[in-house]
Amino acid sequence: MPAEISFHVTRFNPECDPAPYVKTYPVPVREGMTVLDGLHYIKENLDPSLAWRYSCRMGVCGSCGMLLNGRPTLACNTQILHIATTDLTVAPLPNFDIIRDLVPDLSTMFEKHVALKPHIVRADQAEIDDPAGEFYQSPEELGAYLQFTYCIKCACCMAACPTLATDTRYLGPMPLAAARRYNADTRDDGRSARNQVAGASHGAFGCHYAGECSRVCPKGVDPARAIQYLKRQLVLDYLHLARKKKPCSKLRGPGQGKPLTNITPAPARTV
Amino acid sequence: MRETKYWTWHMAAGVAILFLLGLHMLIMHVGGITHLFAPHAGEATSKENSLYRDGSLFFMTTYILLLGVALYHGLYGLRTILFELTLKPGVEKAVSIVLLIAGLGLFGLGVWAAFATHAIAIAAGARG
Repeated sequence: MPAEISFHVTRFNPECDPAPYVKTYPVPVREGMTVLDGLHYIKENLDPSLAWRYSCRMGVCGSCGMLLNGRPTLACNTQILHIATTDLTVAPLPNFDIIRDLVPDLSTMFEKHVALKPHIVRADQAEIDDPAGEFYQSPEELGAYLQFTYCIKCACCMAACPTLATDTRYLGPMPLAAARRYNADTRDDGRSARNQVAGASHGAFGCHYAGECSRVCPKGVDPARAIQYLKRQLVLDYLHLARKKKPCSKLRGPGQGKPLTNITPAPARTV
Repeated sequence: MRETKYWTWHMAAGVAILFLLGLHMLIMHVGGITHLFAPHAGEATSKENSLYRDGSLFFMTTYILLLGVALYHGLYGLRTILFELTLKPGVEKAVSIVLLIAGLGLFGLGVWAAFATHAIAIAAGARG
């Protein structure tokens, strides 16, 4: 017997509504149904005009971030019965303009992200133009940034950030964590360029370490920790106390790496 | 990177405040027991003890230092709070200038007062 949950959904069409308003939809819910399934039910059976953003349905793409019962999270990996018994509020992510209904405008976040050069920056142009070999990283070097690579840019951390709620120019947890991720990568030479942005006004020092970004992250990334690392790095760079980064070693040909001994051999080919 | 410089000094000022304010508390509140900068009988805030401290070059220097770091730490903190209100860049610049002028003015006033009381204490024959 499915339970009936009232979905209180924030609706807003900037072309005709003066302000966002809440509309309630009764949704029959069965065990295992996600909020995304509930929204699909509303669109298919109750109100085809409801708009939201989604893609993969499995917590990978980061498209369906929204505010569920006041908590920013992904609609696709949140089961309705895990967070609601009778009522569920569904609203767009705060700290962003609304394009329509549950669709936030994430362009401001991605502009800040791009400003922090979220990619490997190399100083040796010759290596980029004509690669001489593979870069090699030890498991420890990989571990320095691995946890920050799990970010799916869903913007839940940005929605939870109390600094961003008042300071719209603050870079925010996602772009700053991305900066830390690349700064910690031994293949990268772009730290000083990123420091110019992260160390400027409304940069990393705007973080008050409320920790909400890390608490709400659906992928278990810890942006608050990344920002504290970033702050420390900025201060050490300013004081010229930072240890020189060891350049990433290169393998000049196949078979030069040291394979780990505890890796199970691949199964034999079947075709 | 300019903000990195300001923030680093903000943190350093915080540490200096911990030490200097601790010294102030030690002198003012347990001076009657420790007699640190309070060699005369009675409370640390008695006239004789106050004159003794005012005549001390070390005491005057640490108080000027405390004033400086407290003003910098406090006004930078206020600037940070104001900047979080998403001000226009022009307003941010004006806020920085006003706070800088206010800080320098208050620091100047404090330094003048410290030197003036030092001179009064020396004239009264007190020398710490």
